[in-house]
Amino acid sequence: MRHALSLRIGPFGFRIGSDWRAPIETLADLYADYPRPELPDYTVRLEALRPWRRWIRPAMAVSGDYMLPDAAPLPLAQALLAAEMGMNLQLALGARRFLLLHASAVERDGRALLMSGESGAGKSTLATLLAARGWRFMGDEFALIEPETGLAWPLPRLISLKNDGVSAAARVWPGARFGPLLHDTPKGTIRHLVPDATAIAAMDEPVQPAVLLFPRFGAAAAVRAVPPGEAFVRLTQASTNYVALGEAGFAALTALIRGVPAYAVDYPDGETAIAQVEALWPEP
Amino acid sequence: MAGAVTLARALRDPTALRLDTDWTGLITAARAEQLVGSLAWRLHGLPVPEPVAILLAEARDGAEAARRTALWEAEMARRALAPLGLPVVLLKGTAYVAAGLAAGQGRHIGDLDVLVPRDGLDAVEQALIAAGWEWVKPDPYDDAYYRRWMHELPPLIHRERDRMIDVHHTILPLTARRRPDPDALIAAARPLGNGLAVLSPSDMICHAAAHLFADGDLAGGLRNLWDIHCLVEEFGVDGLEARARHHGLGDPVRRACRHARALFGTAMPQGWGKDDALDRLIRRRLLARDGWGRPTRPVTRFAFYVRSHALRMPPAMLVRHLWIKARRRPASS
Repeated sequence: MRHALSLRIGPFGFRIGSDWRAPIETLADLYADYPRPELPDYTVRLEALRPWRRWIRPAMAVSGDYMLPDAAPLPLAQALLAAEMGMNLQLALGARRFLLLHASAVERDGRALLMSGESGAGKSTLATLLAARGWRFMGDEFALIEPETGLAWPLPRLISLKNDGVSAAARVWPGARFGPLLHDTPKGTIRHLVPDATAIAAMDEPVQPAVLLFPRFGAAAAVRAVPPGEAFVRLTQASTNYVALGEAGFAALTALIRGVPAYAVDYPDGETAIAQVEALWPEP
Repeated sequence: MAGAVTLARALRDPTALRLDTDWTGLITAARAEQLVGSLAWRLHGLPVPEPVAILLAEARDGAEAARRTALWEAEMARRALAPLGLPVVLLKGTAYVAAGLAAGQGRHIGDLDVLVPRDGLDAVEQALIAAGWEWVKPDPYDDAYYRRWMHELPPLIHRERDRMIDVHHTILPLTARRRPDPDALIAAARPLGNGLAVLSPSDMICHAAAHLFADGDLAGGLRNLWDIHCLVEEFGVDGLEARARHHGLGDPVRRACRHARALFGTAMPQGWGKDDALDRLIRRRLLARDGWGRPTRPVTRFAFYVRSHALRMPPAMLVRHLWIKARRRPASS
């Protein structure tokens, strides 16, 4: 394609092609410290919806090796979001080497805390706040569980912060590098944050999961132990490829559930959530 | 850069690939043509760079999962339809894996396609709906069109497993010029021993060729042609020509074999005709994919899109059909 970039995030290499120069320049800038893949696993394309839509009311269609039919096009100004969505889609629909859980992950003491929740639960914001307090950021979109070992692999992509999460992150990371502020996206206002150098440097270091959280933002503080059966069902719904992996997915998920305690955590604000997490975290 | 041309070469003779092949372009084109599983099996055991080997192993694993899912879906349909006592013949990808054919190795499988006798359609439809399948197309014109003119029921999707079934009563639309003999297809079908059956080898090739050249716009054509290559290599062509003539499919079958030979080196008898002007266009269309997975050659593609409608119905009917479609959905295609 006219403009292209290859980058590696944890175990996955991506090749991103674009009809426009600007999206590739933005990605190259924000992903400047990431390694290049030996061979990309997936291709993502940002293409003009129609040939003339390169120039006139530029609109991009996100596609790649794996696509959803009828995906809505995005304006050129939201190209970064388009690229991130494209990469997510490749993993969600294509990845088979890991069980993918829609979850953020952070690491401390060589063990991982996984936080699974729907959009708006605060996964990304919590991971960012914890990273500001010394945890290693592993990822804010997918936790990658390796079926053979049960290890959680990092996927420290740009952190996608929404609405209030943007200001919360800016407060705790004064020197943080942000992408452009994206208004009126299908997901509201979005701004991408570059993970810190520690997270990028450790992107090839998997760790054993230790605690599983189901956070929920906006309710009075409450912590409830989640029994394994419930955790299992929640995670089947939070996984993009549980069904596709078949028996391997079942084995990986049941092993994870048996191995770690799970909690549902309601929190009214970030400070409270951090205190809840610290209280639940088993000291080594 | 590698694209569909490299993909066809790799399928034809994987040992001819050089280690400095544009692997990314090859794998991307193969994914776009839904041939990556087939490619992965062709390259199995050959020396390739380590990261390529990982992607190919993943593709084989994915194809195995597709095979298992397809067979399970066939079993679900079998259970729903068994009480009717009708013959149920599996078609296309599901048939290839159910019969353990080379064409099924690594194959992408989407919907479940089955063939049943036309006078059993109503009973089949009722039984499937009772077992949890639902309509996909709510539009009354589409529904009526399918029922009156198509070779299959409107597609049904299972509400829990989210898988589609296409119930055929013949292999080409009733509006098409060619009229294959569905009774003969069912009469010659080979039982699998579990209540399901697959088409006879010659009929499988006839169906694949009909699907490729007498119906549709050649989308996914390279994969269909690879099916034909595998079927011909496995079964040979004894009796194929006579069978194709019986179905009125002599031309598409010969044409399919010519293209399979040209692209994949398929063995075929002498005297099955030489390439004509259309064949050159078909070759352009079959290989219209670049190493980014993008469709190329838009003019050729559009020409085959137009041809697919011309094949499917007579001109006056086509005008009426397009008129209704255009009035109904002015905003979309």
